[in-house]
Amino acid sequence: MNKSPYKKNIITIVILCCALILIGRLFYIQVLDTSYKITAANNVLRYEVQYPARGLLFDRNGELLVGNKTTYDIMVVPREMKSIDTLDLCSLFNISYTQCKNILDDVQRKRKRQGYQAAIFLKQVPAEIYALFQEKAFKYPGFYAQARTLRSYPRNIAGNLLGYVTEVDTANIRRNPYYKMGDYIGKSGIEASYEDVLRGRKGVSIYERDVHNQIKKSYDDGKYDTTAIAGKDLICTIDIHLQEYGELLMQNKIGSVVAIDPGTGEILALITAPGIDPSLLVGINRNFQLLQMNPLKPLFTRAVMSSYPPGSVFKMANALIGQQERVLTPESRYGCAMGYKVGRGVECHAHPSPTDLRQSIQMSCNAYYCHVFRSIIDNPKYDNINDAFNQWRKYVQSFGFGIKLDTDIHNELAGTLPTTDTYDRIHGKGRWKSLSIISLAIGQGEIGATPLHLANFTALIANKGYYYTPHVVRNVVGKPEHQKYKEKHYCDIDSAYFTPVIDGMYLTVNGGPGSTAGWVRIPDIDMCGKTGTAQNPHGENHSVFMSFAPRENPKIAIAVYMENAGWGSTWAAPVASLMTEYYLTGEIKRKDMEARIMAGNFLSKESRAKKRK
Amino acid sequence: MKRQYNIFSQLDYTTIGIFFLLILIGWLSVYASVYNEEHSSAFDISQRYGMQLIWIISSIVLAIIVLLVSHKFFSVLAYIIYGAIILLLILVLVAGVEVNGSRSWFVIGSVRLQPAELAKVATSLALAKLMCQHNFNLKKPQNVLSVGIIIALPMALILLQSDTGSALVFVSLLLMLYREGFSGWVVSIVAFCAILFILSIIWEPVSVLLFIWIICLALYALFHKNKYKVLLMASLSIGSYFLLANYLLPLLKLSIDSDHLFLGICILTLIVEGIIAVRKKIRHFWLILLIFGSAVTVTSSVDYVYDHLLQQHHRDRIEDMLGLIDDPQGVGYSVYQSKIAIGSGGMTGKGFLNGTQTKYNFVPEQSTDFIFCTVGEEWGFAGVLIVIALFVWLLIRILEISERQRDSFARIYGYCVTSIIGFHVLFNIAMTIGLAPVIGIPLPFISYGGSSLWAFTLLLFILLKFDAVKWE
Repeated sequence: MNKSPYKKNIITIVILCCALILIGRLFYIQVLDTSYKITAANNVLRYEVQYPARGLLFDRNGELLVGNKTTYDIMVVPREMKSIDTLDLCSLFNISYTQCKNILDDVQRKRKRQGYQAAIFLKQVPAEIYALFQEKAFKYPGFYAQARTLRSYPRNIAGNLLGYVTEVDTANIRRNPYYKMGDYIGKSGIEASYEDVLRGRKGVSIYERDVHNQIKKSYDDGKYDTTAIAGKDLICTIDIHLQEYGELLMQNKIGSVVAIDPGTGEILALITAPGIDPSLLVGINRNFQLLQMNPLKPLFTRAVMSSYPPGSVFKMANALIGQQERVLTPESRYGCAMGYKVGRGVECHAHPSPTDLRQSIQMSCNAYYCHVFRSIIDNPKYDNINDAFNQWRKYVQSFGFGIKLDTDIHNELAGTLPTTDTYDRIHGKGRWKSLSIISLAIGQGEIGATPLHLANFTALIANKGYYYTPHVVRNVVGKPEHQKYKEKHYCDIDSAYFTPVIDGMYLTVNGGPGSTAGWVRIPDIDMCGKTGTAQNPHGENHSVFMSFAPRENPKIAIAVYMENAGWGSTWAAPVASLMTEYYLTGEIKRKDMEARIMAGNFLSKESRAKKRK
Repeated sequence: MKRQYNIFSQLDYTTIGIFFLLILIGWLSVYASVYNEEHSSAFDISQRYGMQLIWIISSIVLAIIVLLVSHKFFSVLAYIIYGAIILLLILVLVAGVEVNGSRSWFVIGSVRLQPAELAKVATSLALAKLMCQHNFNLKKPQNVLSVGIIIALPMALILLQSDTGSALVFVSLLLMLYREGFSGWVVSIVAFCAILFILSIIWEPVSVLLFIWIICLALYALFHKNKYKVLLMASLSIGSYFLLANYLLPLLKLSIDSDHLFLGICILTLIVEGIIAVRKKIRHFWLILLIFGSAVTVTSSVDYVYDHLLQQHHRDRIEDMLGLIDDPQGVGYSVYQSKIAIGSGGMTGKGFLNGTQTKYNFVPEQSTDFIFCTVGEEWGFAGVLIVIALFVWLLIRILEISERQRDSFARIYGYCVTSIIGFHVLFNIAMTIGLAPVIGIPLPFISYGGSSLWAFTLLLFILLKFDAVKWE
């Protein structure tokens, strides 16, 4: 029967074909497809993460602003779980049976994907319950607790400024691979802008484990293990007492207060009202949704995110520019007949007339600044209005308006500063003149500035021509102050031109009859200020005030913007005045003024909707 | 008394070399797969690698004994050996111990013996003995029947032990039968049926029908002179099915099962083709009819076989292999982990004793049925390439040895060895990488286990003995 060598060849070919199929498949899974390598690592390596404590925040005097408290995440390794007394577990953690069952069912569903990795059973269990759990832990195989730190606030202040910490979302994870599901991240305020410093670095111990999740040994002799590095602490520039006092004054009001130390650019207080109580956003709760739904938008940090017309406080800008452009001298006088009666005109209130530069600030004359503004814009020095306007704009920008100040505050807004294009769009190219944009004379119209801009402008005046970039964090503990906060930013106005303006502001508070803010004078302290009443077409005018004190060697520059509160002198000025007094003397002597301000309430709908007269 | 040969000067040392290489690789892999720091002595017989060393030594002793006894011992006593093994297979059903759901083990002290492994040797010898007779011809039905009985008897007994994998190994003997004159068509049809079986589990009946139909039409085209007519026929039948199923029947509000509808169309087309074939005297039309008929029968009987003849763990494994169940931690766990182990090996592997998957017992049965994972993980693609190359070399070498025998007993026996080792290698490796269901058969010479190592050594060295004395 030895007859068919061709059959031997066919069998040989069959063998070779089978071998080729096997080799092809092996080549695919071993060389081409890399997913198996990752799975093998997940299989065998157990990553034990050590979460570092987040850095603490201290105020400018070393008082604790933000601390930490320890809570525990209860973890469960589904495969290690045995039958347990679910009801007992429920009562231990104070959860309902259905809730517990849902969690456990979900964990069991994940079991297939997760293998021996732990899943979260309950998040953020307080220390008291953790202690109870530890006693009973032996009854619950597969369950264990993992320590996590949450924020705690000794005083519930400055929520908007400090920001809050929450679990990372998928977008964070995608942007930065450092973050893994379940990590915490600063979502706003200082927590967000200093996230990298505050969070520290997670540590990880990698163990090899076998199929029963028994840890066999440290992976590669611990070569890839890292120790957790705690977050670094921050020294803030905030004065915790001033902040707290300011928030007290601003209760039941809408608006913000920004106080800056002009000598350093350090922000002493940054108040947003209504603000958030930072402790509300600690841990898991529904407060965030509640805050989000609040019509007063407490999550919105008005102090840096709300762009308002600055109002009369902007007159100083024009006073400075006018002098620098040589179209105005301190002795220049303009008359006022209850307003500027050219074109549509600008109204004014009753005050002695005519005024010089100082008096114009003291009495806040609208007509005066219409004259000043027109002489700036219609300056024959410039060939056309565009050039003149651009020059004006350049000055205003040098005061910090219309730009982001590059502070370390999250979500800082640039505000708005119109350009020639803006007016070309509104009026048509070449079809507008100084009278068309006369609102800018008194800080109305197309200009928008945040309270931070106003405070910075105040600091600039106090410094007679320069400002430091405002900032809320002085330094990371153990590191020097950031160099950029030590740089002076000079504006384009000569220092000498500030004197009459400051004189005017001094008179505003201390000038006796005719002064717009005479009643907020602080005994023994030379406070310079300027009122503003920003016109609001949607309701009651906004009350604005900016001031600094003392006049020589100023220690605090402050801007108050209060929505729908009417005259600048009635509400904003006393807040600034009281805070200045509190900061400089450490006490309040004018108790009646304080009581009146604290009693003020502008939250009700009627007062917000009330049409201006 | 004839002149005494020195048997050792006539041996095929290439084969023996490959044998030793494979055994060495096997022992290293077993060592790696059960290695842990506490028992690192290679001779610790409380560990599997220690035991395997004993098995290896005893196998070598066995091989030497085989080489020393007369080759006539195997050819003369073939039936007696076969009978003895059959008795053992029956005995194990009564006195055996159940391990992993199979009652196929004798336990003597701490040693376990699996007669099913030895049955492969015995059956090969019996087949060779039967088929080397001068009047034997595979064209004679009674001869085919005897062959069938010799193969089916141990197969049935092993099936009774619930060791389907070992039973399936006997199917591989078809390869030997093919060499010895069995029709290639029969072998192809068996392979075709196997593919159909798998397809009819995965696919909808109508898709399987479509597959059968396309194959039939392709065959028809092979025999038909006018290929365009076949193409026309194909598009007409398939086109009319889609037209009917999707538009016409819903319009007439008739509901006929799609597979019945398609079957009807196919039968109609076949009748038309049949008439044409008779007229034009196209040969082999009966073949197409046969294929179509049997294919349809196989497909429709799959459900029965699947639900009644196979056991749950086979169904699970088959369904998993076919990707019908996606549950990495459940049924397909072993294959899933095995693929991870092999896949994570990469090009050059993680290095000896560095395989995390194998070292930490992620793969069940990794020193026995899944030993290939250890090779794949620690030695990578380079390693598996060498192992596969060694096996291919061995198989081709055995083929050559078989073909050069003057004695048809030895040749037939050699082909049995090729078939059995080839089947083991193919299906063992295929199952570790998810290409075949997990039928639980060892990788020759490499897997841990005394019975299988003894059986494969016997298989190989009996052939080498015959080869050494072929000029005697």
